[in-house]
Amino acid sequence: MAVTPTRMVLNKLKNRLKTATRGHKLLKDKRDELMRQFLEVVRKNKELRARVEQGLTDAFSAMTVASALMSREMLEQALLYPRQSVELGMGYKNVMSVKVPVYEFKTRDTDPADIYPYGFAHTSGELDDALHKLALVFEDMLELAQIEKTMQLLAQDIEKTRRRVNALEYVMIPEMQANIKYISMKLEENDLATKVRLMKVKDMVLEKAHDFRYP
Amino acid sequence: MGFKALGLEVFPVMGAEDARSTFRQLTRAGESYAIIYVEENLAEVLGSEIDKFKDVPSPAVILIPGREGPLGYAQAALKAAVERAVGSDIL
Repeated sequence: MAVTPTRMVLNKLKNRLKTATRGHKLLKDKRDELMRQFLEVVRKNKELRARVEQGLTDAFSAMTVASALMSREMLEQALLYPRQSVELGMGYKNVMSVKVPVYEFKTRDTDPADIYPYGFAHTSGELDDALHKLALVFEDMLELAQIEKTMQLLAQDIEKTRRRVNALEYVMIPEMQANIKYISMKLEENDLATKVRLMKVKDMVLEKAHDFRYP
Repeated sequence: MGFKALGLEVFPVMGAEDARSTFRQLTRAGESYAIIYVEENLAEVLGSEIDKFKDVPSPAVILIPGREGPLGYAQAALKAAVERAVGSDIL
């Protein structure tokens, strides 16, 4: 223990302990709230992922049917030049001082029926169907991206907060308490020593001046 | 291929090396992609590269199932995140 047992250090330590205890309480609250939100996000993520996986599987199988009905060249030609273009705006939302992204999705064309970049004369109806399914699942995909990123960022922050809470709870605070105890005991000891010394000196002075001795 | 019709940008890759270099190119500082969807069959190849973006707000790298259907990598990533946060696997 490398503390100097003085009153100044004692006061400083007491103040630090107070701050640490308050910080510990706050961080613990933060951790609990983060955890609550995290579990909510995880649940939502699982749900969304299941939906996206199902949707994509459907869309891909529809696409496979479409590509079986059309020649490869025709299919590629039909999809070669997209009519729709997507713009993704990104903002941030503050969740317990964790910055999580919020996506805002803009299509150049607002008409959702207008995703087909080809004329209908030379393509099969299955292709329209496949693209429609894909467009539907894409909205979920976007939400999934947001939820999943939020989940990752929250997980990271929970880990950080948990470490801090534990460090305060199991290292910093006990150490400070031990130091405070050590200093106050040392000070008490010093007080006692001084008192004894004074009494002894008084006895010596009395003996010298009046030849007084305790019986 | 269908995603192209929706207005997304699609980057087909051939093999592991190509996947890595394309991914690096897309995530380079100057690029402004906010979301990158990666097919699950590339998850193994790109594992360490994807992990780098777990802790930064942008871009979001999201695994989606490819033609083979879900392979479980996304599920594993979810589990890993939970384990990281909670300390044990509670799912």
